[in-house]
This record gives sequence, C-alpha cells and structure tokens, in this order.
Amino acid sequence: MDVQTGFFYLFSLVLLFAAFRVVTARNPVHAVLYLMLAFSQASGIWFLLQAEFLAITLVLVYLGAVMVLFLFVVMMLDINMDTLREGFWKHFPLAAALGALIALEMAAVLMGGFRITEAPAVLGQVTAPVSNAKALGILLYTDYLMPIQMGAVILLVAMIAAIALTLRERKDSKAINPSIQVRVRAADRLSIRKVGVTQAGAAPQPLAAAAPDPAPQENK
Amino acid sequence: MTLTLGHYLSLGAMLFALSVIGIFLNRKNLIVLLMAIELMLLAVNMNFVAFSHFLGDMRGQVFVFFILTVAAAESAIGLAILVLLFRNKNSINVDELNSLKG
Repeated sequence: MDVQTGFFYLFSLVLLFAAFRVVTARNPVHAVLYLMLAFSQASGIWFLLQAEFLAITLVLVYLGAVMVLFLFVVMMLDINMDTLREGFWKHFPLAAALGALIALEMAAVLMGGFRITEAPAVLGQVTAPVSNAKALGILLYTDYLMPIQMGAVILLVAMIAAIALTLRERKDSKAINPSIQVRVRAADRLSIRKVGVTQAGAAPQPLAAAAPDPAPQENK
Repeated sequence: MTLTLGHYLSLGAMLFALSVIGIFLNRKNLIVLLMAIELMLLAVNMNFVAFSHFLGDMRGQVFVFFILTVAAAESAIGLAILVLLFRNKNSINVDELNSLKG
C-alpha cells in the first residue's frame, strides 16, 4: 500500500464521516462546519487525481465564499430545530438501509467494472506537458469560450437575483439620501421675505370681539 | 493494492447515497436540504474528476468547472429565497410552504 492509497483512504474516511454528520447534525451551524470539512477532504482527493486547479478552486470558491455565505445565513436565522427534526429517528433505519443498499450495489458494480489503474498520456498533448491549470485554461479559452461567457452571465444573473430578492425598503429606517442632499440649494432651506419697516396697526375692534389670538403667527 | 478508477467512483456513489438519505431524513429543514444538494453535486464532481484523470481527458475537468459555477449561483439564489421565506413566515419548515395550494 503506497502513500497515495493511504492518503486516499484517509481523505475518504474523513469525507464520508463529515458527510454523515452533515445530514445528522442537530445544530445547523455544526452541519455547515462539517460540510466545510467534507469539501476540504474532497479537495485533497482531487489533488490525488492531479486536478490541482479544481482542488484549489474548491477551497477558494466553496470553502471561502459559498460555505461562509451558508454560515452567515444559518447564523442569521433563528430556527426551532425540534419541530424540523420530528420523525427523524423514526425514518432513520429505513433511510440507512436504503442508503447502504444504494452504496453497496453501486460499489459492487463500479469496483468490478472499472479497473483502470494507470492514467494514460493526456490526449492530444504532443508538445511539452503543461501544468493542469494551464491545460485547463487553454481548453477553456479556445473550445469552451462560449460556455464560459454563459457561465459569467449566469453568475451575473444570480448576483442580481440575490440582491433583488433580499433588498427591501424599511419603513422605519431613517436613512438619508446623499444625492438629494448634494442637490439641495439655499433657496430650499431659507426663504427671505420682504417686510416693511412699519406696519399700520389693526383697526380698533370692539372689546367683546377682542379675544386674544390663540395661534400666534408662525415665524417663517 | 493500487487505486483504480472504481475506488473513486465508489467513493462518489457512497457520498451520493449519504446525501440521498440526508434529503430523505431532513425533508422539513430547507437549509439542510440545500446542503445535501451541495454534497450531491460534490459526488458528481468527484466522478467527473476521476474519469478525467483516468481517461486522460481534460474535458471532464472543464465540465466540473461549469458545475461549480452553476452550483455557486444556485446556492446564492437558494439562500436569498430562504432569507426571504424566513422574513415572511418566520420559519423554514417545508411543511408550512403550502400557500400556493398546489
């Protein structure tokens, strides 16, 4: 058993344990943390398969961005787990039996059917061998240029959709609008009124009607 | 005992089975459902990378690249919908999502 095989079994065991804990963990924050562990182990296995670019992408994009987004959302929500998990252990034996059946059947077929051990020389590689990232880049930016543009559009649409879905105007927030603030002129805030120096007094009223004015003149 | 393609494919199958029983067990918890879908996509990606390595064809890794892109978009929109749902119903229980009466 060489080093590569040992690492494969190590990564696989930790990966399967982490995946099991993701689906059985009581606390969703723990589930997200176990999912991060699972992705890091998968990244290790992809390193064994000499897919370095994708392994690093998995760590950067998945562990660094998507899982942190999950973690934020899980911590933001106040979830009552007890109602969400009712019937969990009642269905567990059936689910475990089904899962074991699926895994054993597929493993039996796959272990017998795919006995390739050696990676062949990379197809179409007649020149000097290049690194994995460079080979992937050459392929992406020649044959797959159109799909990669569509992938970019998908990411843009996802970003706009996520912002548009979660954006809301709170009625009780007292935010200021900077553009209106900048555009304000002196005339909007202060109005100057010409008032004569002397004014004629009001005509003398009869005493019975001379009630004091209840609303004093507002000082403009 | 050297590693064959079957080892990696079996690992992907076991991961897929685990996420299937995760979906089966956590039918009510939307956030664990999303996480189980991520695990499923990881299992699929594992198969793609394994085939790409053992058949010597880089196109499998290109496909994994696009799956990662779509999965990132999917989880971003899924989590946005989840936040919106929690804001409106104050719960993420799938059983309570019956207002469409479908």
